[in-house]
Amino acid sequence: MDTAVSVLPQHRDPAWLPRLFWFCAALVLLAPALVVTEFRPWTLFEPETLKSTQRFLGDFFPPKIEGEFLLLVAREAWRTVAIATAGMALALLVAIPLTLLSTSAISISALTGRMHALPFVLRQGVRWLLIVLRSIPELVWALVFVRVVGLGPTAGVLAIALTYGGMLGKVYGEILESDETHATRTLLRNGAGRLQAFFYGLLPQSAPELTSYTVYRWECAIRSSAVLGFVGAGGLGQQMDNSMKMFQGSEVATMLIVFMLLVALADYASGWLRKRIA
Amino acid sequence: MRITLSALAARHPAAAGATAPALKPLTLTIAPGEQLAVIGPSGAGKTTLLHALACALKPAAGRIELDGTDPWALPVAQLQKLRGRLFLAPQTPPLPPRQRVVTAVLAARLPQQSLFASLRSLFYPTHIAEAESALARFDLAGKLWQRVDRLSGGERQRVGLARALLSSASLWLVDEPLSSLDPSRAAQAIDTLTRCATECGATLVTTLHQVDVATRFPRVIGLRDGELQFDLPSREVTRERLATLYAQHEEELLGAGPPPPPEDASGGAQAPLYCR
Amino acid sequence: MASRDNSAPSAANETYRLPPQLFDARCAVCWFVLGLAALTAASFWTLDLQWAKFLSLDALRKMGRFLGELTTPATNAEFLGRLAIASLETLAMSALGTLIAAAAGLALALPASRSHPGDPAYWRAPTRLVLNGLRSIPELVWAALLIISAGLGPFAGTLALALHTTGVLGRLFAEAVENAPAGPAFALRARGVPAGRVFLYATLPQILPQLLSYTLYRWENNIRAAAVLGVVGGGGLGQMLAFHMGLFHMNETSSILVAMILLVAMVDFASYLSRRLLQR
Repeated sequence: MDTAVSVLPQHRDPAWLPRLFWFCAALVLLAPALVVTEFRPWTLFEPETLKSTQRFLGDFFPPKIEGEFLLLVAREAWRTVAIATAGMALALLVAIPLTLLSTSAISISALTGRMHALPFVLRQGVRWLLIVLRSIPELVWALVFVRVVGLGPTAGVLAIALTYGGMLGKVYGEILESDETHATRTLLRNGAGRLQAFFYGLLPQSAPELTSYTVYRWECAIRSSAVLGFVGAGGLGQQMDNSMKMFQGSEVATMLIVFMLLVALADYASGWLRKRIA
Repeated sequence: MRITLSALAARHPAAAGATAPALKPLTLTIAPGEQLAVIGPSGAGKTTLLHALACALKPAAGRIELDGTDPWALPVAQLQKLRGRLFLAPQTPPLPPRQRVVTAVLAARLPQQSLFASLRSLFYPTHIAEAESALARFDLAGKLWQRVDRLSGGERQRVGLARALLSSASLWLVDEPLSSLDPSRAAQAIDTLTRCATECGATLVTTLHQVDVATRFPRVIGLRDGELQFDLPSREVTRERLATLYAQHEEELLGAGPPPPPEDASGGAQAPLYCR
Repeated sequence: MASRDNSAPSAANETYRLPPQLFDARCAVCWFVLGLAALTAASFWTLDLQWAKFLSLDALRKMGRFLGELTTPATNAEFLGRLAIASLETLAMSALGTLIAAAAGLALALPASRSHPGDPAYWRAPTRLVLNGLRSIPELVWAALLIISAGLGPFAGTLALALHTTGVLGRLFAEAVENAPAGPAFALRARGVPAGRVFLYATLPQILPQLLSYTLYRWENNIRAAAVLGVVGGGGLGQMLAFHMGLFHMNETSSILVAMILLVAMVDFASYLSRRLLQR
């Protein structure tokens, strides 16, 4: 480049053209993305928007700390935790039987090499069911259940139960199948039943990992139950949504702080538990 | 560059203040353009000496002078400028695995480059011809556009040495340049290194495990347990002196020295847990 | 009895050990299980769950009808056109949000990391606090907050994704910077090269694959988030979903769900391919 005239061929960067091409390709892809997402940051600084933002944010400080309101927030925070916990309990009820049905480590017919047709179809069917449960976001489930049972925590609990049931079922299956199955197979060969083989062979060696993952999921469920409130499934999210709609910045601020504390607490508790388990 | 050490002692940065220094008070003068080899069993303080000379390690006691000035008395900006005139090649070639050889070699020019020039060189390497000729001195001209992790250990080490040629430094401090080279390559590499240092007018200080290669240097320093054992012209380094220097470490005198430190395994990107 | 302690003086008769007591006040597991049971019971107790309503004939019939209509997705051309645009919007939101977050995360990761032992890293704690704050508020809450400033639509959604993901990626990137092998950076720093250039020439080339891989994982995550952000007004498929579900258009809802699942699968596949390419 400096001596552009006398550049020897071996002194030209062979990666230059591909780099230039990919850079341009990225720009070409980025442009429509900016258009489609209506990406106009300057609108944030228009006087009109700026004023309403300032009014809302200005109201954030000081956060509202009236006794009665704090009591309400505390109750909603507890409900958020309760929705997550109840949802997880039901999710386990969904996940455990489905995992037992789907894991091939406790298949008796697979001992001889190939699984029989019927168990194979059953296991694949259960796996597909898990995929369907898991790939529909919990928020969508919550929207459906809010329509069926009305506003309130029931919808949140059911939404978490279904989505997390699917996720737990899938991951439990992966954990069980990735572990050493020698002990389990030996038990099956010696004539143990499937459940016996599960409890004496498979479960003992995978239990820490299974528990650890469940605890982690519980932490996720707390975050997600707070979010579910925004579609009317109860808890902190629903209160936050109401306050936002009424532009009550100080209330929103209090609830955001409580929510962050709640998440930090769940994070800490789950981290501590998982460390103890490991 | 003229170097004067007066009763210089240095301690490993990780070591606690009360432990014995890795380098006990050492007095030494190195004339501009001089070439010397530092030998001694492992743990003798060779690397610590190099780091102290490179102003990477603040002396625990004593004084270091480079061209008559104490670098640690300089203001930070001037110290940084001075450091740009020093070149330290660690034993493990400090080359990012996925960087291209050309960029890795040109990184030696960073102290002389402006921010803009160094950014531009990332997009399209400047001074390609210089990089290639430096690599050619070490028989690596064909590797210019290769990625560093496609090279063998020996090739990487030579790329690390080729960096010195582009550094325009006046003091080269090279730590174990031959640890992953076979004997014939080693002799060739050390010849190239000394010749280039002479051409650039740079002072060269090299630590070595290979005693036979060390005698190619005009001056040899023997270190043991952080203390100076001898400082002699190479023809006066006798078998007996070496035997004393390496007492209880005879296998290092005969063999190839300790294995190079294990490279940090840059752990493959592990997927962190996500809620979705 | 294989488990018998051999060093104990052997009794004339076989000694039998009693199994440990089932409950022991110092047994952490027992307390854990007890606490868990209490928490679960309290959760079910305090939430006024309307099982009767959920299991009532009316609700079950409603669910049945919903599910029945879900099996026949709407396929008229005009609707599919709108669906395609919304899908594109969701895809663009997730990609742009992730991209902005990767850039901002990298910018924040530098002050949030201690690059070498001698680095005073004055900004490490405050930056990490900011990153934690960004991270602990979910995308959906960010979106609901941002709608006040950015208005309804995909822009608010993109910003929400970007803010939350900046917190996540910033922390991961900072960790990557701190765990990078120190050799190359040391060699440059020893020559007085300023910190920024040391990062560009020594640290970044080493951790770049890891950073890209984190970013791709996060993109997979963000496409799922982007799909539902619209429910609070963040644009994309979610907005359509909330609209049609509100009007009980279950056929349309079904098509939207299919589009969501396809989009997620597509992004997962693209990300998987890119990560495979990165490992070369």
